[in-house]
Amino acid sequence: MRPNMVTRRSANSTAPTFYFIASLLVAIALCPKALSATETPDFNRDILPMLTGTCFKCHGPDKEHREAGLRLDMRDSAIAKLESDAVAIVPGKPAVSELIRRITSNDPDERMPPPDAKEQLTPEQIETLRRWVADGAKYDKYWAYASIQKFDKGIDHYAHAKIERAGLKPSPQADRVTLIRRLSFDIIGLPPSPQEVQAFVEDKSPNAYEKVVDRLLNSKHYGERMAMFWLDLVRFADTVGYHGDQNVSISPFRDYVINSFNDNMQFDQFTREQLAGDLLPNSSPRQKVASGYNRLGMMSAEGGVQPKEYLAKYAAERVRNVSLVWMGATMGCCECHDHKYDPYTMVDFYSMASFFADIQEKGIYAGAHASGKWGSSINYPDPELPTLLKPIDDQITQLQAVLNLSTPALDEAQRIWETNNSEQVGWRVLAPLQATAEHGTKLTIQTDKSILASAAAAPQNVYTVTAKTDLKSITGFRLEALPDKSLPKGGPGRAGNGNFVVSELRVFFGEKADAIALQNATATVEQTLAGNATPYGKWSAASAIDNDAKGSSWGWAILPEANKPNQMVVETKESIDGNNSVLKFVIEQNHTNSGHTLGKFRLAVTSAAQPLSAKKTQGLPENIRTILAVDGPSRTDKQKSDLTAHYRSIAPSLAETRKKIAALNQQKVQLTKEHTRSTLVTVAVKPRAMRVLPRGNWMDDSGPEVTPTVPHFLRQVERAQADKASRANRLDLANWLMSKDNPLTARVFVNRLWKLYFGRGLVSSLDDFGKQGTQSAHPEILDELASDFIDSEWDVKQTIKTIVTSSTYKQSSQSDEASRTRDPFNDLLARQGRFRQDAEMIRDSVLSVSGLLVRKIGGRSVRPYQPAGYYAHLNFPKRTYQHDKGENLWRRTVYTHWQRQFLHPSLRAFDAPSREECTVERARSNTPLAALVMLNDPIYVEASRAFAERTLNEAPKEMGPRISFVFQRALLREPSVDETKIVSQLLVKYEKDFREDPVAAKKLIDIGERPTPENLDAVELATWTGICRILFNTHEFITRN
Amino acid sequence: MLQHPDHETMRATRRSFLGRSTAGIGAIALGSLLRPDSLLGDVVVPKWHGVINPPHFKPRAKRIIHLYMAGGPSHLETFDYKPKLAEMNGKPMPESLTKGKQIAQLQGKKLVCLAPQWPFQQYGESGLNISSKFPLIGSLADKLCLIRSMKTEQINHDPAHTLFNTGNANPGRPAIGSWLTYGLGDSTQNLPNFVVLSSIGRGGQAQPIASRQWSSGFLPSRLQGVEFRSRGEPVLYATNPPGINDSRQREAINAVQALNKIHDELFDDPEAATRIAQYELAYRMQASVPGLMDVSDEPQHVLEKYGTKGADGTFAGNCLLARRMAERDVRFIQVYHRGWDHHGNIKKSIETTAGEVDRATHALISDLAERGMLEDTLIMFGGEFGRTPMAQGSGRDHHIAGYSYMLAGGGVKGGVSYGETDEFGYNSVKDIVHIRDLHATILQLMGIDHERLSVKFQGLDMRLTGVEAARVIKEILA
Repeated sequence: MRPNMVTRRSANSTAPTFYFIASLLVAIALCPKALSATETPDFNRDILPMLTGTCFKCHGPDKEHREAGLRLDMRDSAIAKLESDAVAIVPGKPAVSELIRRITSNDPDERMPPPDAKEQLTPEQIETLRRWVADGAKYDKYWAYASIQKFDKGIDHYAHAKIERAGLKPSPQADRVTLIRRLSFDIIGLPPSPQEVQAFVEDKSPNAYEKVVDRLLNSKHYGERMAMFWLDLVRFADTVGYHGDQNVSISPFRDYVINSFNDNMQFDQFTREQLAGDLLPNSSPRQKVASGYNRLGMMSAEGGVQPKEYLAKYAAERVRNVSLVWMGATMGCCECHDHKYDPYTMVDFYSMASFFADIQEKGIYAGAHASGKWGSSINYPDPELPTLLKPIDDQITQLQAVLNLSTPALDEAQRIWETNNSEQVGWRVLAPLQATAEHGTKLTIQTDKSILASAAAAPQNVYTVTAKTDLKSITGFRLEALPDKSLPKGGPGRAGNGNFVVSELRVFFGEKADAIALQNATATVEQTLAGNATPYGKWSAASAIDNDAKGSSWGWAILPEANKPNQMVVETKESIDGNNSVLKFVIEQNHTNSGHTLGKFRLAVTSAAQPLSAKKTQGLPENIRTILAVDGPSRTDKQKSDLTAHYRSIAPSLAETRKKIAALNQQKVQLTKEHTRSTLVTVAVKPRAMRVLPRGNWMDDSGPEVTPTVPHFLRQVERAQADKASRANRLDLANWLMSKDNPLTARVFVNRLWKLYFGRGLVSSLDDFGKQGTQSAHPEILDELASDFIDSEWDVKQTIKTIVTSSTYKQSSQSDEASRTRDPFNDLLARQGRFRQDAEMIRDSVLSVSGLLVRKIGGRSVRPYQPAGYYAHLNFPKRTYQHDKGENLWRRTVYTHWQRQFLHPSLRAFDAPSREECTVERARSNTPLAALVMLNDPIYVEASRAFAERTLNEAPKEMGPRISFVFQRALLREPSVDETKIVSQLLVKYEKDFREDPVAAKKLIDIGERPTPENLDAVELATWTGICRILFNTHEFITRN
Repeated sequence: MLQHPDHETMRATRRSFLGRSTAGIGAIALGSLLRPDSLLGDVVVPKWHGVINPPHFKPRAKRIIHLYMAGGPSHLETFDYKPKLAEMNGKPMPESLTKGKQIAQLQGKKLVCLAPQWPFQQYGESGLNISSKFPLIGSLADKLCLIRSMKTEQINHDPAHTLFNTGNANPGRPAIGSWLTYGLGDSTQNLPNFVVLSSIGRGGQAQPIASRQWSSGFLPSRLQGVEFRSRGEPVLYATNPPGINDSRQREAINAVQALNKIHDELFDDPEAATRIAQYELAYRMQASVPGLMDVSDEPQHVLEKYGTKGADGTFAGNCLLARRMAERDVRFIQVYHRGWDHHGNIKKSIETTAGEVDRATHALISDLAERGMLEDTLIMFGGEFGRTPMAQGSGRDHHIAGYSYMLAGGGVKGGVSYGETDEFGYNSVKDIVHIRDLHATILQLMGIDHERLSVKFQGLDMRLTGVEAARVIKEILA
């Protein structure tokens, strides 16, 4: 329903004339006649196309190829005096206009266009030009750049008026079955079920049709269908396109598009989020995903690429894309020269490019073929992740409650554990006075008295630490090696793997020159990895106090216990009285494999009775050890609860519960991983300089520098006063595109919507609203839809509803020879379109009818069956395609992995584009290759079998009703007598044939991953598989009418 | 814009056949391009007669076999003899040549001359200088036309391939073979008109190639190149599904045709009629492929001549298949050899690669000559660019300012060379042949004026040779 626009009325007094002229335009299209003698030529309709096609090449906007200084695209220049003193156009006076003289001259040297030019003028065209000059040579603003006109009589009014004037009649309304099939394909890209058809046919309510439209527009599949359309435009794909065509993760962008259409996001917002989602205030993760639009272009990791060249390629492609998608403008040619037909210039091109100069990107993504790193990206959880995690979280909460529950038995067990672990070892941590190292390594004393190494990491090093103790009769020393986040792999060493080697530990007392004699070195871990390299057979503590008896390189090391605390304990041979003297610890780290030095360590002394030994107490976290060192009664409440919590985490009686929680947590991690995808986003950085590249040559820096500016001849970007000084950005561009008085965006978009519902745009050149494009036979419909679209706050669903609820849409697509001959392209809209489905819809229809379709929305791209070896030409890395297992084989085709260089061959056969560049309109070819796909691609055979299973299971047993069933399901109608005969004959043949060759029958029904049912007769199933395959291959099945 | 009404009507009759229903290729005068040429049973199979009918010139070549040496063959070790470079071996490359020029992997490196790694030899009565590593190709010197002044614009494989195949470095344009079918119509209805074969080779790293190199771009997908593969089914989906033998397939197609005919009669839908024809063509194609690929009818001496055991996926096997396709009227046969990216140890790499292509190329050319087919078959032999006179270690880097291309048969002179590079083999300096000039020449040989084979797309008249002026190399036409 169109909104009731009170403010808008058809006050345009010229409107009737306009209809009249437009209808004549149609008349011209239909029969080869010139304008009638009384008619005034219309500039946009009659003159401009002629000038564009015939004259502008040398007398148009492109200054480089301009001849004789004449430009005919602007009136001022056309009526000005030329270099030759002649005047091309003297308004009102064709007789003295040089233009008229030259186009009518018989002298081949004077004649225009030159006799060898490809485009020539017909006598009728010359006469039209003459009359136009005689009438004053009025130039009108080009229709696409002129403001959108207000019309309010509705699609049908304007369509009917023109149809009738042309002496034709609108086609009758299509029958209800056709209508619901058409609506379903057009709006959700899937056929209706026989039940839906029946419900609609039997619905006698006046709004039965509207109910179907509403149901479909509210279907979650609507967004999928719209995404097929939008993703071609914004060239969404799963690979980078250049050279190795490696995978890139950006599928959340596809889901964003689907969800946005499903949510009926306003089109202006949709535009802003894609072009500038990152620049919106407090942009949400979803908006950042949308900004991935700017990163959808191709990228290269090819060795030898010059970054500057590729930055230029990426920039140019962005201009081509944004101008085609939103403006229907073919600015691409302005990379090298001013547009030959439209007013776009090279400066416009590079100024447009500079809107995107702030995007963080690289010319070459070196190494990305291996690392998969293609620049700025975020991890984006699937919207359904919280829902998926909820049941697991609930279970964890329950189990956690068990852990927290106190029982007498548990309390008693804890008490015993505390006693066993509270044994005082009597270690006293030493507070270092000074800690020094060589080679510029810095040792810093931490608050917990440990020492952390930083700055230069030397290949080898000697640390010297001094400390005082008043402990009497020292019996041993302890060296703790501690983890720290600042260290590689968390330390405790500084080697890349977190390891260290203490080759020798010496302790000096006071001023004594000789080190204290040490014995019985033990450690909590002694590395055995590469142990054979040392004379000790392992990296033992003993080797660190051997006075280098077996070589100065060997010592104590701890792999694989990186990122864990460990300790080494040595006894003194004789006890020593500390006496508040200075103890000097010298830790030599001489290992030849460089960099194996300690990262964080701590020293302690004890007077406990020998034997001493390093105890594996690191099972206890440091805070627990501290708490245990405090007498029970002196512990704070916090300490008590920490202790209990810790005990519960190790109590043997709770092991089962903990195991369950751990497993659930693991599930959470797994699920989160599965439902979180990395996706490319736009990150704005300082804009790089953008200049006009002469002839598009990226090596030529001589062109002027440009700033973000929209094409010069259109209304310029308006920004808030405060911003005037700053440079315009992508958000300004998006706002400009979506401003209500932009003549292009709304027209371009509604025209493409129209194409979805008629198979052809109102303006048939969907990709060109410039002067080489076509003009619509129904400018009123185009403008009414466009202005309604704007006035509805860019409501896409409402615009669609307006189109599909019109009588024009509901017409039959049947046409007789007469109307086909008179209006071959259906410019007048006297009938509906009849056309082949797009590639995705063909596969989806087959999946849907067969019952194989998995109707899940969104997610990672999926890999259906594909011929082996199809990726043989890819390299860096070489690739072997592995099709998915299970439900991903039967997802909708919009989710298929889109390999730019080698798009799935069965999609390609039906004209799906590679998406290396913007595709505005797919070809719609009808080829032997497509026939081979339908006949032989395993998915179509598997679906035929699934359809056959369904038939055998659901339809009555007799042949007739079964044939009826397959026709009803596939074509939504009963077979005719002739059709039944064709099918039953084949049925009989196949049945006999497969009966004689059961091996073949088995082979046929085993195609595909779907399990072959045990309960059905193999021959019967194979026979019906053959029949269902026929139905899928019919022209009718893949045709929308 | 209004079309001439006659065009409009013809567009309508023709639309389904080429497929682009509205935009794009509408503006061409079609004449009676679609005629019922053959009848299969009672199915009328229309044949595409091309938009250039009759041809602009008398065609000198009916078909092209493009031996595509992918990766960038060194001209300095194949067809362009540079004694001066040998003298300068190890010495710095003159800066006057290299300064400000595009460089690929040697960016920022010291640029030093590398002598030709193999001696050259004069062959035949014409005395053409050719590397001694290609003695068999050399033995055909009097049939060869060596262009030694090629020039391209793209220095990385991907865009360079795209440019060579489609005339533009940006994706989305039709490949040469697609243009030819579009212009000249179907040369055969049993097989695709444009076929791609490929092999990897053992020298160099197998640089990727992309299907955009045989894409029909904005032209309908019907015109795309079809790959014939040595592993798996030769043509994708041209094999019956398991359990379906030829007669079951034929019966299935018959039933589909019968149902479509009923539909066509009921709705008078031209698209349905076209569909019927396409299913016939599909069946024919499926039926023709096995006979083409099965080389058991080739005598032993022919297999030996090519140096292959059959259609085994080697370059030699593919050359033999190319000949068989040429005999079956395939118009544009592209045979890729992917082993020419010789960044390192070019001496050994050239030897290896020459071992793979010399015999087979010789066999193909002489075999065609013996069968009287060389005169109307144009052989093209070359890559997307050449290699630097400067060393990259023991190899050579990509080079675009000068390189060589070899042509034979199909209306070009034999025993001639055309154009020159400077004494270092760096810049093409005399009679420079840009890629677009080569394209213009190929089209000319096929009977097409390159300026008059164009399609309107996104507001522009798109041509294989692009917007810059391109020149037909008349001097090499026989």
